[in-house]
Amino acid sequence: MKKITFLLPIFLLTACAANVSQQDSAADATGTVTIDGSSTVFPITEAMAEEFQKANPDSKVVVGISGTGGGFKRFCRGETHVNDASRTIKSSEKELCTENGITPIEFPVAFDGIAVMVHPSNDWVDYFTVAELKTIWEPPAEDTVTHWNQIRPEWPDEPISLYGPGVDSGTYDYFTDVVVGEEGASRGDFVASEDDNVLVQGVASDKNSLGFFGYAYYIENADRLKLVPIKETEDANAIAPAPDTINDGSYTPLSRLIFIYVSKTALDDPTVSAFVDFYINPDNASALVSEVGYVPLPTDDYRQLRERLEE
Amino acid sequence: MSVSKSNERLIQWTFALCGAVSIFVTLGIFAVLFWETFHFFQEVPLGAFLFGTKWTPLFVQKQFGILPLISGTLLIALIAMIIALPLGISIAIFLREYASSHLRRTLKPILEILAGIPTIVYGYFALLTVTPFLQKVIPELAGFNALSPGIVMGIMILPLSVSLSDDAIHAVPEHLRMGAYALGAKRLEVVFRVVLPAAMSGIVSAGILSISRAIGETMLVTIAAGMRPLLTLNPLGPVQTITAYIVQVSLGDTPTGTLEYSSIFAVATVLFLCTFFLNTIAQRLRQSFQHMYA
Amino acid sequence: MRKSADRLFIAGALAALGVALLTLSSLLVTVLFDGLSRIDMQFLTSFPSRKPEEAGILSSLVGSIYLTGLTALIAVPLGIGSAVYLEQYAKKNWFNLLMEINIGTLAGVPSIIYGLLGLGLFVRILHFDRSLLAGSCTLALLILPIVILASREAIRTVSHDLQHGAFALGATESQVIRRVVFPLALPGILTGVILALSRAIGETAPLIAIGALTYIAFLPDSLFAPFTALPIQIFNWVSRPQPAFHENAAAGIIILLVTTLLFNAAAILIRNSLYSRSARPS
Repeated sequence: MKKITFLLPIFLLTACAANVSQQDSAADATGTVTIDGSSTVFPITEAMAEEFQKANPDSKVVVGISGTGGGFKRFCRGETHVNDASRTIKSSEKELCTENGITPIEFPVAFDGIAVMVHPSNDWVDYFTVAELKTIWEPPAEDTVTHWNQIRPEWPDEPISLYGPGVDSGTYDYFTDVVVGEEGASRGDFVASEDDNVLVQGVASDKNSLGFFGYAYYIENADRLKLVPIKETEDANAIAPAPDTINDGSYTPLSRLIFIYVSKTALDDPTVSAFVDFYINPDNASALVSEVGYVPLPTDDYRQLRERLEE
Repeated sequence: MSVSKSNERLIQWTFALCGAVSIFVTLGIFAVLFWETFHFFQEVPLGAFLFGTKWTPLFVQKQFGILPLISGTLLIALIAMIIALPLGISIAIFLREYASSHLRRTLKPILEILAGIPTIVYGYFALLTVTPFLQKVIPELAGFNALSPGIVMGIMILPLSVSLSDDAIHAVPEHLRMGAYALGAKRLEVVFRVVLPAAMSGIVSAGILSISRAIGETMLVTIAAGMRPLLTLNPLGPVQTITAYIVQVSLGDTPTGTLEYSSIFAVATVLFLCTFFLNTIAQRLRQSFQHMYA
Repeated sequence: MRKSADRLFIAGALAALGVALLTLSSLLVTVLFDGLSRIDMQFLTSFPSRKPEEAGILSSLVGSIYLTGLTALIAVPLGIGSAVYLEQYAKKNWFNLLMEINIGTLAGVPSIIYGLLGLGLFVRILHFDRSLLAGSCTLALLILPIVILASREAIRTVSHDLQHGAFALGATESQVIRRVVFPLALPGILTGVILALSRAIGETAPLIAIGALTYIAFLPDSLFAPFTALPIQIFNWVSRPQPAFHENAAAGIIILLVTTLLFNAAAILIRNSLYSRSARPS
C-alpha cells in the first residue's frame, strides 16, 4: 500500500495537461456531460453531478453504471465524455482509444477500500488472511470450496454463499489481481452484479453470505453488514478498513485509488471542463467525497490536479 | 363528394402498409436475434451451449452452458403454475357455473385490476414483503430466492389464467349442460364430467399461454430472484432466469461485436423460440376449440 | 352427499379467490404504508438525488409522459390502420392469414425481446442512441399487437348491414370506413388504445434493454435526448439497499398505480357506455 502514496505523485505528473481556458467555464456550462463506468465511483460522480447541476441550472449531466470495463468500451468509442474507473486503464483499452482518436486523461479522485463482508449474525469469522481469501475465490475453488469448515475446520459445516462484483467491474479486476494473483481470474459460481446495491442486499439477507465490494457501500449500510478485518500475511495484524487505515495504507492489500478519465477532446467543451474542474476543486472534493463514504486525497493533491487541468 | 379511383387505391395501399408493419416487426425480431446468434455459434459449439451445466460467459474462464438459466426459468415458472393453474381454473369454473351474475360483475373488474398492475410492482412486493415474511417461516431462505418470486408470479398470472379458462368454459354450449342436468346430474358432475372435458382444449390453451407468460417475465425475477446461474431444483437460494441474465448484461452495456453481447441474443433466441412454439400451439388449440362450438 | 361435494368445491374456489384478494390487498397496503407519507409537492417536483429525502420523480414522471405520448403517436395510427386493413380490405388468402397469425403470436412475445429488437434496430442500426425516440419506437412495437387486436374486435361489431347500405348508396370503401365504420368502432378502439398505453406506462424491461437506466436530473428537451421513466426510477430505488430509498420506490409505485388505475377506469367507463348505447347483448 505504501506504493500507492509513492505512485500518487507519478499519477499527478502523468495527469497531463490540456489547453483549456478557465474564464468562461461557469457561464457557458449549458451543455450535456455524458458519464458512464464504475458503480464504485458512481456515488461520488452522482454527488458531484447533483451539486454541479444545482450550481449551473442549465447544464445536464448523465451518469450510467455500466462497470469500469463496459464504460471504457463506450468511452474509447467517443460515446461518453468521462469514464468512472475503479482501476487504471488497461493497455488494450488504451489501444482502442487511440484507434478512435480519443486521448484519455487520468484523474485520481479518492481512495477506496474494498471491504470483505459477512452477515451480522455470522459469529465465527474474526478475520481473513489473504491466503484464505485466495482459496475461496480462485478458479479451482469453483464447486470444490463450498463450505465454511473447508477454510478452517473449527468453522461451521454450512455452505458459503458468495457475492461479488461482476466482470465489468474494476473492483472485481482489482480484487482478483491482488488476492488471486491474476486479474480476472476467479470462480464463476457466485452472485455477480455490477450494481453494488444488489450485493449489499444479498449479503445482508443471507446468513451464510460472504461478499466483497467498495467500502463506501458498507458505510451506507453498516447496520446490516459485518466487516471482516484482513491480515495480509499470517503474522500481520488484522486490519479493518476505515478512513485512516485506507488513507495511510495500513489496510492492505485492498486499498486503492479510484479515478475518472476524461477525453482530451471532451475538455474543449466548456461544460465538460467546468464539470471536471468542479469535481477536483479542493473546496468541493474533500467534503463531497467524505460525505459519500470515500477517503479524499490530501487537499494539496487536488490543488495540483487542478493546476494540471488548467494548463 | 366523390373519391377518385386512384385516391381510393392510395388509401388502400396506405392501410395495407400499416398491416405490413406487423410482418416487418416479426422479420425484424428474427433478423436481430438470428444475426447475433449466428455470430455467437461461430465461437461456441451448439452442443456445449445446449447441454453445458455452467453459465459463466462474463468471466475469464467462459463457459456457455445454458442449462442453469433454463433450470432457473423453469423452477420459478413451475412454482407459479402450481398456484396459477389450479386456482385459475377453479375460480373460472366458480364464476361461470356457480356465482350469480352480480358476483361475477363485481369480481371481474377486481381481477382486471390485478392484471393491470405493472410487474415491477410485483417485484417490489416479492423482495420487500413476501421474502421477509417467508423467511420467518423458512429460516434458511436466502434474501434472493426462487420461491418468493414463484409464488408472486403465480398470483400475477392468476387473472390471465382465470380469464382464458373463463372464455373456454363460456364457449361450451348451454345445451350440453342442459342435457346433463336433464339426465339428473348434479352441478359438480356437470362441471367435471361435461363442461370441463368439452372445454379441455380451451383450458389446455389457457394453461400453455400462462406458462409462456411465466417464462417470459422479466422484472419480477430480476428484482427478487438474484443473479446466480445455478443448475438446481432448490428454490431457497438465488437462481437466474434467461430474462434476468439479459437484464444483467444490458445494465452493464456490453458493446456490439463482443461474445458477451451476442450471448444475450443467443439466450433470447431460446426464449423466443420457446414462447413462439408454446403460443402457436395454444393458438391452434384455441382456433380448433372455437370452430368446434361456433 | 353430492351436495357436500358441491359445497367443498365452492369452498375451495372461494378460498382461491380469497388468496388472490388477500395478496392484492396486502400489496396495496404495503405500498401505501411504505410510500404514502413520502408523497408531497417536493417529491413530485424534485430530481433524483443521492439523498433519499431530497430525491423526487420529476425527471421520470415527465419522461414517462413524453414517452407515452410519443408511443401513442406511433402505435395508434399504425395499429388502427392494420386493423382496418385486415377487417375491411383483406381477402382470405394465405398472405393475410399469415398476417393474422403473426399478430397473435407477436402479442405473446416477452417484452424483453422487444427491448432487444429496439437495441439492435433503433439504438444501434438507426443510431437513435439511448433517446426518447428509441424508447417510444420500441414501446410502440410492443403495444402494436394489442392495439390491432382490440381495434379489430371493435370494427367487427359494426353491423355489416349498415356498411352494405352505404355501399348500395354508392360510397367507396374509404368513405364507408370514414363515415360508418370508424365512428361506430371508435369507443371500442379507444378502450383498446387506453389499455395498451396503460401497459406501456408500466413497462420496464424493454427500456432497460435499450440502456435507459441512468441518473438523469433534467427534463428531456428533444426527441434524441436521454431520458428516464417512472418504472426505471422505481427499479433504481428498489435496487438500493437503504430503506429510505424503498420508501421512495413505494411512493413512485403509488403514482404509477394511480395512473394505471385511472387509465383502466377510463377504459371501463367507455366500454360500459358503449354497451349501454348499442343494442348488442354483452
